[in-house]
Amino acid sequence: MSFVFYILAAITLAGGLAAVLLKNMVHCALAVSIAFAGLAFLFLGLDAQFAGFAQILVYVGAVAILVVFAILLTRSSDTPKDGGVFSRTWLAGLVVAAAVFAVIGWAVLSSVGGLPHEAAVPTVTVLQIGQALMGPYVLPLEIVALLLTVATIGAVIVAIHEKEDAK
Amino acid sequence: MVEKLDQIFVLLSHWLVGFLPAGLQQAAGIVIGVVVIVCLYPALFALAVLMERKGLGRMQNRYGPNRVGPYGILQPIADGIKSLTKEDIVPLSADSAVHFLAPIVVVVASFMGFAVLPMGRNMVLVDMDAGLLFYFAMGASTELAVFMAGWSSRNKYSLLGAMRAVAQMISYEVPLLLSSVAVVMITGSLSLTKIVSAQNAYTGIFPHWYIFTPWGFAGFLMYAISTTAETNRSPFDLPEGESEIVAGYHTEYSGFKFALFFLGEYVAMFSISGLGTTLFLGGWSAPFSFLTWIPSWIWFFSKLMLSICVFIWLRGTLPRLRQDQLMNFAWKFVLPLSLINLLVAALWRFLGEGWQRWVFCSAILLIAYVFMGLQEARSDHFGPRSYRYAE
Amino acid sequence: MTPLAGYLLVAALLFAIGLAGALTRRNAILVLIGIELMLNAANLNLIAFWRYGPHPEALTGMMFAIFSIAVAAAEAAVGLGLVISIHRHAQTADLDEMNRMKG
Repeated sequence: MSFVFYILAAITLAGGLAAVLLKNMVHCALAVSIAFAGLAFLFLGLDAQFAGFAQILVYVGAVAILVVFAILLTRSSDTPKDGGVFSRTWLAGLVVAAAVFAVIGWAVLSSVGGLPHEAAVPTVTVLQIGQALMGPYVLPLEIVALLLTVATIGAVIVAIHEKEDAK
Repeated sequence: MVEKLDQIFVLLSHWLVGFLPAGLQQAAGIVIGVVVIVCLYPALFALAVLMERKGLGRMQNRYGPNRVGPYGILQPIADGIKSLTKEDIVPLSADSAVHFLAPIVVVVASFMGFAVLPMGRNMVLVDMDAGLLFYFAMGASTELAVFMAGWSSRNKYSLLGAMRAVAQMISYEVPLLLSSVAVVMITGSLSLTKIVSAQNAYTGIFPHWYIFTPWGFAGFLMYAISTTAETNRSPFDLPEGESEIVAGYHTEYSGFKFALFFLGEYVAMFSISGLGTTLFLGGWSAPFSFLTWIPSWIWFFSKLMLSICVFIWLRGTLPRLRQDQLMNFAWKFVLPLSLINLLVAALWRFLGEGWQRWVFCSAILLIAYVFMGLQEARSDHFGPRSYRYAE
Repeated sequence: MTPLAGYLLVAALLFAIGLAGALTRRNAILVLIGIELMLNAANLNLIAFWRYGPHPEALTGMMFAIFSIAVAAAEAAVGLGLVISIHRHAQTADLDEMNRMKG
């Protein structure tokens, strides 16, 4: 376990935690983009260059901006005055999340002995990824393309402002 | 001798690194590269600002700066001292942490792009396999920084400017990426060094630059339009339109932080011009085969400065667009054309050598351009707008 | 502790944080942020298993992660569109106040 890993993991987790805990919504969006960027660097640490850069491009460049726009459009950038930011059933949610973490953590820790120690660094070029996308994974690729088109149109139709008096 | 001059910076770096123990050499080489980039581009920034102020002055029938030093050439130094010594004012209601971080993120993200740009033969900091993807990933992070600046100022002009900037950058990023994808398709690589070396060949005396192909020419024009919008330059400078929203997202910044925004804007201009040079104008390769004896880095930087001159020229020539014109132009004209261009690039790849592909590809692009241009000219998106309440 | 276990623990913690966010926050947008965090944690797991797995040259985990990034982008766009639409209808993005199915 290298020093860099600990720093990146700490940044990522701190970003995620801040996104969940902060009161101001825009701060949450900025914190979550720190978490996304930290994850991208973790991907780079795992020798997955392509996935790491795609993560930054999609999450920091697009999803974070979408979230920010949604926050401003729904006017939730100001801290709510009544009742705080947490739901009435927050305790139940916290217990469920803690239980899930306990189960996954227990599963990981109890199988530590069986996990592989070191693996040779895989040399994956972008060319190989492209050929895989156009070869064995061409059907999923096309489905994702269709899905993205449908999602774009769907998002526009859902969010479009309908005129009160249709002409 | 010619060879030595071409590689002078590489050899110099090797010589300097040679004084260190073997274990540190690789790290030291990268540090030297970073230091050179961080010093070189601010120097170019000073030069470009002077050029812009003088050139714009000439275009507008006035002198421009002419008080500091002979012909005013020391003006950038005076500007620098001024912005460093000015008081740094943070608005009382501003979100101080975000307000402080925004200019830093802008500058860092703008500088990151240079890591993968080949500035001469063997002169690239990191020869990454996914270089272009890295570049666009870094470019995408500046959008969030602009939003941070506008939102944290708690000023309606700042917020309006930031929202304009983000909307504009997202809209024009799509054609920017698509016009670059055509180059990637033809070269078969995302590595910028491979893209340059694919263009570094000659037929007779003429180079194989991508701009000299039908799809490359169309792609370059769309790339140039998108970069102008992406760097918020005139005629797409709505985010900082002085007559409408004071100075946009950096209204509430002063002193050194404002200088950082200014630097970030110019550095982004340099890096995106460098990328355009690399993708379409052959990077560091010479324009004619008999000029290859001139060092490669001279070619790269002269192409870069030429692009900056075009930016300045456009600023002196074109009036600012309206917000609806800007959006309609991006989504209804540039985006469909760049999709067609992608198709044409694929055709170019599969038609093989010969004159047919020149005719077919040029014809498709020309017909699409004329047809869509007529369509747009007929629609009222780009004409004068009637104002319901102002009249 | 092996490197793989470290990555898995980080992913588990991130997943739990995302889940806690999705279950405890009142604002619909933050629930979506929590879901995105959970998806990202799953991606980290996929990439870590790809890296330390027996056949990294088969690219399976990496491809899974790339596709999941693309699908997550679509999910975010539609989800935020729905939030905006609901906000326009109910004048709130607070999930505790959305307690009627009748429009």
